[in-house]
Amino acid sequence: MVLELRTTHSEQEVILETRNISKFYPIRRTFNPFQRGPSKYVRAVDNVSIKVPKGKTVAIVGESGCGKTTLAKVIALLVPPTSGDVIFEGESITNGKIDRKSIYREIQMVFQDPDSSLDPRLEVRDSIAEPCKRLLGGSENEIQSTVTRSLQVVGLSERHARRVPAHLSGGQKQRVAIARAISPRPKLIILDEPTSALDTSVQAQILNLLLDLQRDYNLTYLIITHNISVAEYLSDILVVMYAGNVVEYGLSNSVIPKPRHPYTIALISSAPIPNPWKRNLLNAEIRGEVPSAINPPSGCKFHPRCPYAEKLCSEQSPELCEIGPGHFVSCHFAEKTAE
Amino acid sequence: MGLEIHLSAFSNLQPGNSETKSSRLLSISDLSIVYGSGGGDVYAVDRANLDIESDKFVTIVGESGCGKSTVALAIIGLLAAPPARIQSGRIEYKSVDLLSLVENERRKYRGTEIAMIFQEPLTSLNPVYKVGDQIAEAIVVREERKHNPNRVVRSEIMQKAYDTRVTSFPSRIQMPRRNLSSLFRDEILDALKIVRIPDPDQVIDRYPFELSGGMVQRVMIAMALAQKPALLIADEPTTALDVTTQAQVLKLMKVLMDEVNTSVILITHDLAVASQVADRVIVMYAGDLVEDAEVYDLFSEPLHPYSKGLLSCIPSGSKDNVKLNPIPGTVPDLTTLIPGCKYAARCPYVMEICRKKRPTLTEVKPKHRVACFLYGT
Repeated sequence: MVLELRTTHSEQEVILETRNISKFYPIRRTFNPFQRGPSKYVRAVDNVSIKVPKGKTVAIVGESGCGKTTLAKVIALLVPPTSGDVIFEGESITNGKIDRKSIYREIQMVFQDPDSSLDPRLEVRDSIAEPCKRLLGGSENEIQSTVTRSLQVVGLSERHARRVPAHLSGGQKQRVAIARAISPRPKLIILDEPTSALDTSVQAQILNLLLDLQRDYNLTYLIITHNISVAEYLSDILVVMYAGNVVEYGLSNSVIPKPRHPYTIALISSAPIPNPWKRNLLNAEIRGEVPSAINPPSGCKFHPRCPYAEKLCSEQSPELCEIGPGHFVSCHFAEKTAE
Repeated sequence: MGLEIHLSAFSNLQPGNSETKSSRLLSISDLSIVYGSGGGDVYAVDRANLDIESDKFVTIVGESGCGKSTVALAIIGLLAAPPARIQSGRIEYKSVDLLSLVENERRKYRGTEIAMIFQEPLTSLNPVYKVGDQIAEAIVVREERKHNPNRVVRSEIMQKAYDTRVTSFPSRIQMPRRNLSSLFRDEILDALKIVRIPDPDQVIDRYPFELSGGMVQRVMIAMALAQKPALLIADEPTTALDVTTQAQVLKLMKVLMDEVNTSVILITHDLAVASQVADRVIVMYAGDLVEDAEVYDLFSEPLHPYSKGLLSCIPSGSKDNVKLNPIPGTVPDLTTLIPGCKYAARCPYVMEICRKKRPTLTEVKPKHRVACFLYGT
């Protein structure tokens, strides 16, 4: 499967790659060491391989509990994977041999909720200076000028620098979080739901800011979102996850207009569009809910909710297959969804 | 269904037909609400005027802090006062001014006439009672109000409800665990079936934490509808839910509205959601109602600059062929009363008069009201 994926972007330089990443969280049911039954695991991420080409934006979409944030945390080295490798610029960064600081310098993350990711007691300039101090070093003056420049590029002024987060609006806080992420001059930024805590008009400002930064600094983005229209707007490549697996993967401009996995079809048709003449939401046909990550359904994890499911689907889990140029789907009956 | 609405939108264009055929359910006039705070008063809702007809699906759209939830809470009478203060205005429900009623009278409307669903379904259900018991509570209240409106003596139904208390084992510790659901089991099952909950006879004995977010929100809807209200207020009912669950819940609300003849006021920050379900959309900005139109009119021809700006902020399409035009600036500080139009500081069409005089919400086209000097007023 990895080989197949490699051919997709052979012409582009790949900055980051995950090879068969899995992350299982153990659950302990009892505190009594003599009564422990067989170990159970939450299968948050299950055998995921994706590739991120340099200078592009990859969006991972899926509903809550599908493992998209866990995948981001594994890539950012915030949690170790249970198995599999993360390759950054051709080198494995999960084998424990690499200096983590050098990776943190290259990969930065922006979290969903700026209220909890910014220290409420630190002034904004100190929050932004922290990664510079720890990762880059340099004199006080250099750090100060980096902070000032970072604030400038995200559209905040000098007078915001001395405020604490409580004195900023939601959009301004997210700008600070972005300024902090770009201050060590990373190559890859992981954005975990960067706009879901924001209002529509502020969201538009942040999205445009992200695009400007990407153009000016040649950044690569990995965006985690549940909002299809945000993913469509920002991304070049779309990865759809369901219950810990990648179910569909391809160029955004081919996946979104023509989704082929039944889950992607349901997801896209459930996303409201601002058009009262096209009421897709009221025609969306999706049954049931996201399955338990502890005891996932056998075979294809989507089969209990799938309108196309047959006996095979509950017995055998499908592989990711290429159904068009650079478009991969993990479904036994992908040809059925073509019409 | 969509076609019907479309046709009726056309018929409105005929002269003389702009008078409402359906009856007026709720009428808000000149409503101003202020939150007192240490840093001065916050003018949350400023002289709002609004009529809601029966059998309509109305959405109030606006960004956080625009006062949309405050209006909703004022209608149902759950505003925490203090800090909230209703400075002026009337809220007439079926020609009764709700604001002039004493609390005992007001309570009779809450739930039975006007019901509400909240944003966080898990925090609005009681975590220590089973789902069935909580729905039964709504039914008990409804029956009690119907048969014993003045509550002189304990009614038969309340006695029955009291008798279902179960005393658990160490009898010294009286644990009144009610088993109300046994009284109205059939009716509760029906209520759960109406909201399309699979296996209702199992769900009835579950606690809220045992259900998923979408299921709990359905239970909330079942509770609200168990009282057969004429008006249902839903405050961001799907914001905490996933998109596929959101689609299921909104679809359910839309279908139920027709089945049980309830009017719905949906409060949302998402214009896309509003466009999908609403008959009529009201746009709020910084405490003002700025536009009020049928959904097709608003999306084909938004009049207020804020509505236009909001629509151009929604990403639709890829960065390669669509460019978002964010509204510059931020929402004004509501601790000072702004003399002119509150949007003036961000408005691309701002004129001299906008900063001095407050525009009023006026009907500029049939069933299309806007508060902006660009259209006269």
